[in-house]
Order: sequence, then C-alpha cells, then structure tokens
Amino acid sequence: MGKASREFLRQARRQVPEWSPAQVKEALTQQGEAKQDVVLIDIREKHEWNEAYIPGAIHLPRGFLEFDVEENVPDKEQTVILYCAGGWRSLLAGTTLQQMGYKNVISLAGGFGQWKGSGFGFTMPRTLNADQAKRYSRHLLVPEVGEQGQIKLLDARVLLLGAGGLGSPAGYYLAAAGIGTIGIIDADIVDESNLQRQILHNAKSVGKYKAESARDTIQALNADVKVIPYVERLDETNVKRIIADYDVIIDGTDNFPTRYLLNDAAIMLNKPVIHGSVFRFEGQLTVFKPYDGPCYRCLYPEPPPAALAPSCAEAGVLGVLPGIVGILQATEAIKLILGIGEPLVGRLLTYDALAGEFNELRLFRDPKCAACGENAHPEALPTYTEVCALPAQ
Amino acid sequence: MATVRLAPVLRASAGGAKQVSAEGSTLGEVLANLYERFPALKEQIQPGEEVSRFINVYVNDQDVRYLQGLQTNVAPNDTIILLPAMAGGM
Repeated sequence: MGKASREFLRQARRQVPEWSPAQVKEALTQQGEAKQDVVLIDIREKHEWNEAYIPGAIHLPRGFLEFDVEENVPDKEQTVILYCAGGWRSLLAGTTLQQMGYKNVISLAGGFGQWKGSGFGFTMPRTLNADQAKRYSRHLLVPEVGEQGQIKLLDARVLLLGAGGLGSPAGYYLAAAGIGTIGIIDADIVDESNLQRQILHNAKSVGKYKAESARDTIQALNADVKVIPYVERLDETNVKRIIADYDVIIDGTDNFPTRYLLNDAAIMLNKPVIHGSVFRFEGQLTVFKPYDGPCYRCLYPEPPPAALAPSCAEAGVLGVLPGIVGILQATEAIKLILGIGEPLVGRLLTYDALAGEFNELRLFRDPKCAACGENAHPEALPTYTEVCALPAQ
Repeated sequence: MATVRLAPVLRASAGGAKQVSAEGSTLGEVLANLYERFPALKEQIQPGEEVSRFINVYVNDQDVRYLQGLQTNVAPNDTIILLPAMAGGM
C-alpha cells in the first residue's frame, strides 16, 4: 500500500465509525428480536460472497454500490453496516455512502475475516458451477429465473406419466431446462409407430422399454438430470408411493382409468397435475392444483363408457400436435416451480391446429365434487378399468 | 340460429362437421334441434333427461352447470361448445 492510500484510509477511519464483530453480532441479534433496525451490506466481489457471507447480509458489490444502494436502502437515516474481507474497502465505501447522504454508516472492523475469527456463524450460498452457469446462461439472463431460479429448477422433481407423445417433448425440454430429477413411469415398449411423434425415442430404441429409452436420451442431453425410470403401470398399489416423491406431475397418459386414479391420489397428497390430451388436430391442457382450482372430477365426475371414448389406438393424431401440447405442459411445470406468471389453474386451453387457433374456457370447482368438494372422500372413490377396445398406443 | 361447436370425438356423428347451426331459445331446445338432424349425437350427449356427466357444455365460454343448465337462454349469435372428456396422451 502506498503512502497516499494509507493517508486516504486514515481519513476514512476518522469519518466512518467502526464496530467490532461482537457489536455487529449484538445489533443483528437485537434486530432479530425487533429491537434494532440495521441493514448489513456485503460489498465484496461475487467470488468472495460465493464462498461464504454473514447471515442476513445483502450483497451489493462495491463496483455498483452507489447505483444499487438506494433501491435497497431508501431511508438515509437507516443504520447501514458495511463489511468487506478485512475492513478497509468497507471504510472507503462508507465515506462514499456518507457523501450520498447516509447518516448512520458503520464499517465492520476487520471485516469478514475478523468475524469468522471471532467464531461467529456464516452461510455458504449455493451457486451454479462454471459448467452450469454456461449451460443455463440464457436462463440466468432472465430476471424471473436467474441463478436462484435455476437452483430451484435443479432442485425440482417432476414426474412424467407416460413417455409417449406428450411426455416426450415435455420431458426433453424439462431436461434441457435443468429440472434436477425427472421420474418417468411407462410400462410400454417402443414401437416403430411411436417414432412419428415420441421424440425421446429413436430407431435404435425400438423394442426397449420406453422409460429406459427416455432415460438414455435425457442423459445424453443433460447429465445434471437424474432420471428415475419406473417400468410399471400406475395402479392403486403404487400411485401414492410414486407421486409422493415429486413436486409436479405431468399427465400424458392415454387412458381414463389412470387419469382418475391420478386425480384422486394427487388430491390426497396435494400435488399439482398438469393435464394434457390430444386428438387428431386438437389438443387441450389445464393445471389441476388441488383446492386452488377445479380437479378432473369437477369437470368430468365419471369416465365415459367404452363406446364414447375413442381415446386409444384408432384415434390418430398429427405427430407435431402432442409436441405443442407437451411443451405447453412443460412450460406450466416451470412456472409452478418458479412461482411465476399465471398458471392455467381453472382455465382449459384448447388448440386447434387446422384452424391455427387457441381458445380458453373457464373451469370451476364443483363444491359437491366427490374428490375435492366440501364433503369429499377422495380415498373412497372408485377406480376404473380400461374401457378401450384396442390396446393403447 | 346458434352456433354449436363439436369436439373432435363428436364430429363423426355429425357428418364430420366441426360446427353446425341449430335453432332454439334455450339450450335444451337447441340440443333437441341438433338431435333431429344428427340422431347419433343424442346417444353421446344426452342419453337420458340430463346432459351426460362426461360432456361439458359451454354457452359463450361459460359452463352451463353454473348457468341454468338446459334452461340456459340461448340467443341467435351465441356459441355453444360441446366438450367431452378426452384421454389421449398418444
């Protein structure tokens, strides 16, 4: 340090009061008990903050401190405690805040080093590693996602019911987005006729279990994602155990019994279900968030008879259509996980590919619903057997 | 005449039409008029007195269960949507 810097610091020290770590600790404790109001600002660089910081601190690196401080501390009378690594940069930053009109600026003597040396606690923030920061950089640039949002996605657990037409595009994009855990339940085997739309599978996966083929494709795309394949059918014996482990469920099944089974279990365990279905050129989706909006039984108290449910192999579908609906389902899942936007709760979005039209219908909770109404007993509701004459695709 | 939009699974019973016109001043009348022209639709939509529980009916995007059901008034420019449960994940 040169002579001029030393002199500069001496002056700063005369101007800015310093508190010992014990005094700062006391002020923070009193704040916790609502006896004192202080703001603690960490002015170090991001790489220093990323290693550890004092609990309760906000991070405003010194480089942008003057620009960001007023948004965070609008009241110039507010007691502001600044700290850096050793207690020097915070003195200089303190003089700047004083020039800006802050009346009660304090510097932590000895900085974070002294704080740790005094045996006081600190927090080690979770951050993305360098590879993740690069992979998800387009998410990090979006304020509604950002680093903390990306960490939420990496911590999230999404269950795909079916790795078929809807589950494929949904699962592929969710994996790309960095959803940390994706469960895939599907007992079927990849058939050549699936490849027209089920993009998680390829010519080499014909004959393999869909759940395993999907896992292989997802892991080739993004090794951050842990895939849990379930080569089984959802039934009364496993539904609650399987869905209990997940935050969001994407329903891309091809039959009514499973949809009702899932609905009733999801209400019992309070899990949101993102419902999608497709037929020829048309698709529809909605979000069933238990007790926040209607459930599947509010809409359709019971399944249609076999003759009126051409839901299976003979129905046919334009290959790209489940792509659109599945990606909309993935979008809704991400919104729910991040807690952003307006989820499609109580709204049925329909898409008509030939007309090129989206439409929306309002859906209402039925107060007398047998699954989620006032006197409902979702655990006592019937399950159904497959009504389709032909095997499902 | 009101416009009736048919979900894809119902179209085979209406000669493949996506939307048809039907007359009546209440939903019940409009549907009765529809069945006269396309008898096969009755079995799918209203096999008994009431509309089947696995078909939702909307008049101008409002669920008729929360309007007046079959007594819901229908004006000539109104649009009725018939939406059965769909299962296909395909």
